[in-house]
Amino acid sequence: MIPEFGHFALIIALCLAVLLATVPLWGAWRRNTGAMALAPGLAMGLLVFTGIAFVCLTTAFLQDDFSVEVVANNSNSLLPPIYKFSAVWGNHEGSLLLWVLILAVWTAAVALFSRELPLLVLSRVLAVMGFVAVGFLSFSLLTSNPFARLIPGTPADGQDLNPLLQDPGLIIHPPLLYMGYVGFSVAFAFAIAALLGGRLDASWARWSRPWTNIAWAFLTLGIMLGSWWAYYELGWGGWWFWDPVENASFMPWLAGTALLHSLAVTEKRGLFKSWTVLLAIFAFSLSLLGTFLVRSGVLTSVHAFATDPARGLFILVFLAIVVGGSLTLYALRAPAVNSRVSFAWLSRETLLLVNNVVFLVATLTVLFGTLFPLLMDALGQGKYSVGPPYFNAVFVPLMALLVPFMGLGPVSRWKRDSAQRWKAELLLPTLAALACGLTLPLLHGEYNLWVALALVLAGWLLLGLLRDVWFRLRAAPTLARGLRRTPASYWGMVLAHLGFAACVVGVVATSQYSIERDLKMEVGQAETLAGYRFEFVELANFRGPNYLADEARFVVSRNGEEVARLAPQKRRYLASNQIMTEAAIDAGLFRDLYVAMGEPVGQGGAWAIRLHYKPMVRWMWLGAIFMAVGGFVTVMDKRYRRQRAARAAGAGEVAHGAQA
Amino acid sequence: MHPVRKQRLIVVLCVVLFSSAAIGLMAYALRGNINLFFPPAEVAAGKAPVGQPIRVGGMVVDGSVQRSDNSLRVRFEVTDYQASVPIVYEGILPDLFDEGQGAVAAGVLDENGVLQATEVLAKHDENYMPPEVADALEKSRAQMGAGNADKAGKGQGE
Repeated sequence: MIPEFGHFALIIALCLAVLLATVPLWGAWRRNTGAMALAPGLAMGLLVFTGIAFVCLTTAFLQDDFSVEVVANNSNSLLPPIYKFSAVWGNHEGSLLLWVLILAVWTAAVALFSRELPLLVLSRVLAVMGFVAVGFLSFSLLTSNPFARLIPGTPADGQDLNPLLQDPGLIIHPPLLYMGYVGFSVAFAFAIAALLGGRLDASWARWSRPWTNIAWAFLTLGIMLGSWWAYYELGWGGWWFWDPVENASFMPWLAGTALLHSLAVTEKRGLFKSWTVLLAIFAFSLSLLGTFLVRSGVLTSVHAFATDPARGLFILVFLAIVVGGSLTLYALRAPAVNSRVSFAWLSRETLLLVNNVVFLVATLTVLFGTLFPLLMDALGQGKYSVGPPYFNAVFVPLMALLVPFMGLGPVSRWKRDSAQRWKAELLLPTLAALACGLTLPLLHGEYNLWVALALVLAGWLLLGLLRDVWFRLRAAPTLARGLRRTPASYWGMVLAHLGFAACVVGVVATSQYSIERDLKMEVGQAETLAGYRFEFVELANFRGPNYLADEARFVVSRNGEEVARLAPQKRRYLASNQIMTEAAIDAGLFRDLYVAMGEPVGQGGAWAIRLHYKPMVRWMWLGAIFMAVGGFVTVMDKRYRRQRAARAAGAGEVAHGAQA
Repeated sequence: MHPVRKQRLIVVLCVVLFSSAAIGLMAYALRGNINLFFPPAEVAAGKAPVGQPIRVGGMVVDGSVQRSDNSLRVRFEVTDYQASVPIVYEGILPDLFDEGQGAVAAGVLDENGVLQATEVLAKHDENYMPPEVADALEKSRAQMGAGNADKAGKGQGE
């Protein structure tokens, strides 16, 4: 009964989405207040019914209802309850339902928190989001119904969730990633609404900025979790593979980063308006493209659940409608929203322009590398693969090029600045960064030029920011006043930029200093890596809730003192008979020690063992967390609250008008 | 110069500068870093280049996996049921690598026709087949005609 109920709720949600996509838009066109005022209610209804559908599917998973096809294929009665819950989105149908649910959450959030928006704008924004919801709800219902039953033919037990996905990181990775992915639909909806209305002004940028920042912050966290998961779960200690699916989430992030910087210029200076709109369209289109790449099965990846051509075709058509439609609208309307403000060569505008161009170029190179194999295959030119060397060769220099400008950005002035002022502001930080960056690698023994370069760049970011913060606070009469006077958006920027600096250091130090060794080891044998002695002390058997495992126990010591005990496992999952490597990691701020088991070698009980020494690998993820926190902090800025307060005062009227 | 025109000049110069840098980088990076997939039949026919990075994939031949006793060196063969290619790899094989299953190896072909692999990829779960392998098997089955069809069909079904 419950699955049918969920199916029914999903159909009602589709009907509501169709209404949401049409009625308010018609109302906005005919200036019919009643029709426009329906939008927030419809958005709430959409959330309620997709929510019901989601709860129904979750119930089916938790109750082991193997008559439901997705449950039978992706769960098992032995599966621990928490993974039964996360199994809801560990499959194609369920993850699509999560996509729709999160879209509904964003739509309802816009309806709830944007009461201060003029009704005309709000109804258009919600209608655009409704349109996106129509696309994905019908995709779910027509090609990937999560509530399809296996009656008759209900299996006695399920086939189990892919063991790779039975992991705490995977419980929250998809929801966070989708919050980001789907969150760009808000920026997109604002952009389309502005094009429809022909009004692109500073207030438009101010409205869409907090939404963009939140979506970006979620996406940052989602990508970071994915990278962390790959690091400890895949068992080979890599944290970024330039896998097409990673790229699929990374491209919207790159475009989103460009977008939020360009929105800053649009809000503060009223410049780059058409460009910002284009970026918003671009960022969301890349989210859709990512969904297409992941969900159509055109790619080889852990994430590619489905290989049903109908599904791919559906998303491709939807993508074409969204991209084609919005670009046509852009072509028709964008010239009408041109700006006539000027700025000089040396100004914050130019620096942000550099940011935009670099991020856009980076997005395009990643896009090219991702689509190149598909393109060649479609043209019958053979099956190429574009590997990490291509992406590293293109991406790393671009980012290195970005950092010098990034250090200048926060200290520069809008409209016009001078080289003398920059010199006065940054001479000291530059010299300090050079000194630190060039000497610090000496501490590690072997001098590494790349690490030195990374440290100089990160130091330049860090010291420039610190100096700027200090000057700001010093200018205030008291420290407390200075702190209070500095806006939250400034602190957010500082955090995010520091996070980026930490990422740069982490990525370069890990890539350059990591030591990796694949060895044949027997019990009693020891091996020394970067001063750490890994001793294989014991081989044991272990029984988990739904798997059996061989466990290798290691004692790691340094200079005779025990540092850690590590116990990597080789698991065999009972339901699927699948073999899984479970790495053991001793994490630290400055180094990770990583042990994973390969396979048994020879007859003497020896195993292939993988040992890693990974310096500063945590900095990368810490940096990403800093960036995300920075994104969230900017939203607390007073000027958005002021806007809300002003809106709250006016909300009475709007609500009044809505009922009229 | 008129301020608006100057501003356009800044924008255009930025775009031109960075995109030409990017195109240069891309052309440079693409030269040595893409590799083409070859089914075992084409490798055996000598169509695959020697000394260049390529990928070869197929089903791992039953009984072909030989492990060294004192190192992590592994030798195995992959086949598309027309020809098979020997592959040598040193390191830890992926969890789902097994005889009779699909695998793709990336590496360089030496003069003796042995692929010196730097990376071996297997599938991610039981039901999954690397698309290149599926394609190669499909092609080989089509070429062999009806006689051997059920043999290849078995490989396909696994």
